[in-house]
Amino acid sequence: MIVGLYRAGNSVLHRMRAGVKLVALALFGTLLLSLPSLWLAASALFLVCLAYAVAGFGLHTLLAQIRPLLIVLAILFAAQIWLADLTAAGLSVARLAALVLAAGLVTLTTRTEDLVGAIHATLSPLERFGVDAGKVSLAISLTLRFIPLVSQVVDEVKEAQAARGSRKPVVTLIVPVIIRLLKSADAIAEAIDARS
Amino acid sequence: MMRKVFDPMTTRDIVLIALFAALMAVLGIFPPLTVPLIAVPITAQSLGPMLAGGILGAKRGALSMALFLVLVAVGLPLLSGGRGGLGVFAGPTAGFLFGWIVAAAVIGWLTERSWRSLGPVTAFLNCVIGGIVVLYAIGIPALAFIAGIPLWTALSGSAPFLPGDFVKAAVAALVIVALKRSYPLVEARG
Repeated sequence: MIVGLYRAGNSVLHRMRAGVKLVALALFGTLLLSLPSLWLAASALFLVCLAYAVAGFGLHTLLAQIRPLLIVLAILFAAQIWLADLTAAGLSVARLAALVLAAGLVTLTTRTEDLVGAIHATLSPLERFGVDAGKVSLAISLTLRFIPLVSQVVDEVKEAQAARGSRKPVVTLIVPVIIRLLKSADAIAEAIDARS
Repeated sequence: MMRKVFDPMTTRDIVLIALFAALMAVLGIFPPLTVPLIAVPITAQSLGPMLAGGILGAKRGALSMALFLVLVAVGLPLLSGGRGGLGVFAGPTAGFLFGWIVAAAVIGWLTERSWRSLGPVTAFLNCVIGGIVVLYAIGIPALAFIAGIPLWTALSGSAPFLPGDFVKAAVAALVIVALKRSYPLVEARG
C-alpha cells in the first residue's frame, strides 16, 4: 500500500484541526503574495522554520521538503539578480521557500484521512447544488484501492508478453492494461450497485 | 448543455474516474526515460491527461485528473519522483498540475466531437491541442507569475519538454484509437 507523507507526532500543530490548518495556510499564502516585502517574506520564512521546530521536526525534515526545489530556487535567484536586484531576488526566493515549507508542514502534521474528512465537510453544504459529497468520498477510497490493482495488472501483462518472448513498444503494453482495467471496472461497478 | 453537465453520475462513471486517477498514479512510478538528444527526462505521467480525456471523454476525464490532484494534495506522494502534499501546489509547476484538468477536458471535448471519424491523426491533433497548447498556455504564465520571471524566460525554460510531449501525444493517440475499436466509452457529440 502507498505510504502517505504524514509523520506521526503529538505537537500543537499535530493536534490542530485539519480545517483550521488549511484556512491558516490559505491566509498565509494570500498575505505573502499580496504584500511584496522582503522583510515580511524573510520573517514568514523564519516563522515557518520555527513552526517546524514546534512540530518536533529537525533540520533534516525541513531540508527534505525544500530539496526538490533547490535547483529552481537557485535559477530563480540568479534570474532575479540578472533581471532586477538583490532585494527582488531575496524576496522571491524567501517567499517561494516559505510557501512550499508551510504547505509541506500542513501535509507532515495532518493525517490523510483528516484531510479527506475536511474535504467532505467542505463539500457537504454544496449538496443542494448537485455536488454529492458521498460520491466524492467513494471515488477517493476506490482510487486508493485501485492503485495496487493497476500495478498488478501492469506486471501481469508484462509477464505475459515476456513469456511469449515479445519485446514490444510501449503502446502494446498500455492498450492491454487499459482493456483489462476497463473490464474489471464494469464488474466492480456492478458489485457496488448490487451491494447498495 | 448545462443540464447535461449536472447529469447524475452512475457508479460505473465513478469507478472509471477512480480507475484513471489510479492509472495516473501508476504512470508516476515508471522511471523517467532519458533520451540522449533531449536534455530533460521524459516522465510517463503526462500521458495521463491525454489518455483520460481521449478514452473517458471530457467530463469523466477532467474529474479523474481532479481526483488525482486531490489525492496528491492530501499528502500522497503520487507525482513522478514521489512528490506530493500541499507544497507542490505552491511550487513553480502548480499551473501545469491544474492544467492537467483543463487538458483532459479539452482533449475529451475534441474527442467527443471528432468521435465518428476519429483516426490516429485526429487523435494526435486532439492530444497536441489539449495536452500541449492548452497545458502550456496555463502552465507557463503560472510559472512566470509564481517565480516572478518574464514570460519568455518561462517559455524557453519549458521548451526542452516539447519533444517528449509530442512523443507522448503520438503514443496516447495510438492508444486512444486502439481503445475506440476494442472498448469505446465516449459518446459522440456534435
